[in-house]
Amino acid sequence: MIWLNSTWALVVKDIRSELRTRYALNALFMFVVTSVATILFALREDELSPEILSGMYWIVIFFSAMSGLSRIFVSEEERGTSLTLQLIATPSMVFVGKLIFNCGLTLLLSSAVTILYMLSFPAFVVKSAILFIVTIFLGSLGFASAATIIAAIIAKARTKGTLYPVLSFPILIPLLMTVMKSTSRSINGDLLSNAFGDFQVLISYILVMTAGSILLFDFVWKD
Amino acid sequence: MNYVKCFSVFLISVSIITGIAIPMVPQPQGWLEFPIIPGLEDKARNIFFHVPVAWTSVLGFLVALFFGYKYLRTKNLDYDMKSVTSAGLGLMFCILATVTGSIWAKFNWGSFWNWDPRETSIFILLLIYGAYFALRSAIDSDEIRARLSAVYSILAGLTAPFFIFIMPRIVGGLHPGAKGDTAGSTPVAQLHMPTNMRIVFFMSIIGFSLLFVWLFKLRIRAAQLENHLSNKEN
Repeated sequence: MIWLNSTWALVVKDIRSELRTRYALNALFMFVVTSVATILFALREDELSPEILSGMYWIVIFFSAMSGLSRIFVSEEERGTSLTLQLIATPSMVFVGKLIFNCGLTLLLSSAVTILYMLSFPAFVVKSAILFIVTIFLGSLGFASAATIIAAIIAKARTKGTLYPVLSFPILIPLLMTVMKSTSRSINGDLLSNAFGDFQVLISYILVMTAGSILLFDFVWKD
Repeated sequence: MNYVKCFSVFLISVSIITGIAIPMVPQPQGWLEFPIIPGLEDKARNIFFHVPVAWTSVLGFLVALFFGYKYLRTKNLDYDMKSVTSAGLGLMFCILATVTGSIWAKFNWGSFWNWDPRETSIFILLLIYGAYFALRSAIDSDEIRARLSAVYSILAGLTAPFFIFIMPRIVGGLHPGAKGDTAGSTPVAQLHMPTNMRIVFFMSIIGFSLLFVWLFKLRIRAAQLENHLSNKEN
């Protein structure tokens, strides 16, 4: 009970400090707008197939997530508040708190990308809405679960943003391949039962990554 | 120590000689003839060199992961040195496996790269090695470097089951054991080789693994001497 309350308090603290500066939110949103605009400039005249559009959809999400998700740990190091956090909370509370915050941020991000995408590409028509929503939901959670621990590593390495996509990409590939496949299924109007295998892969990925990160986070966090 | 060197040289030489010299005939009789595999012919000999090298690159990663884990348990920097040495050798074998596989693919499948599941896996292994060394070069403090790279290698190791067991089932591929392969899609491709080919194959695998052990020990000794000398200077 204490664990839950403290974790929740940490989440609330992160949301509050984020709302004060809105650094991550603004960076993410502007990144999404610029990358979708770049795709539009490059491919204004062409008719794109749904497969290419669903691939590019995840490219936009991947790179925007990489621009904003590391903020959660880097900001603690920059403001010098990580020592205080180490004193007042156990590593698992800190990690789960940050993970919940990042999950929320990724879900916001992917819904923003979806809305922008639907508005700018008329060819991006989803035939199976439930399949699409489940894919986006599980994909976002998977993204956050792997990206949070890498963010902790990056923050301690003091290299800030440059290494973040380099370190995250190999870890995220199984997730990316599965969600791309599942998204193109939903665009082609496949049945929900056919995508069941993809969902199993996604759920096991989320569980493995979350469990592994909670176990490994002790070593990253404590100086 | 010396046994490792002798055995590795002996086994690799024997498998190179027998792997290249034994003729391939349609109806093999006796020990000194291999069967012709339709569509592969002499190109099948690559299995004696490419597969052991690929196996050794994975072995290098596993050894690096194991010593990374030992480092996290004991905080002894010697383990970190062993971990990075193993990762360096693994990277070398990984590049060799990619190059040999890619040249072979050009002649057998028509292009250097096809994004078959196993090709994707080895590409990701290369990326992981690259990210591992990029992370190491970014950190100045020995202890933080050791700690973070150990955590990263374990994290990367956690994704391995997805590549080995799940991806080849989802994406159709060209290697044996992929989805749609008539030989059955078990996680590890089943060997359909006559006994004499199998012996050469396993000799080569053991030989390359011993070569890894030999190189590993050499480089550990070199690193220890380097440490020793730099301590003396200070």
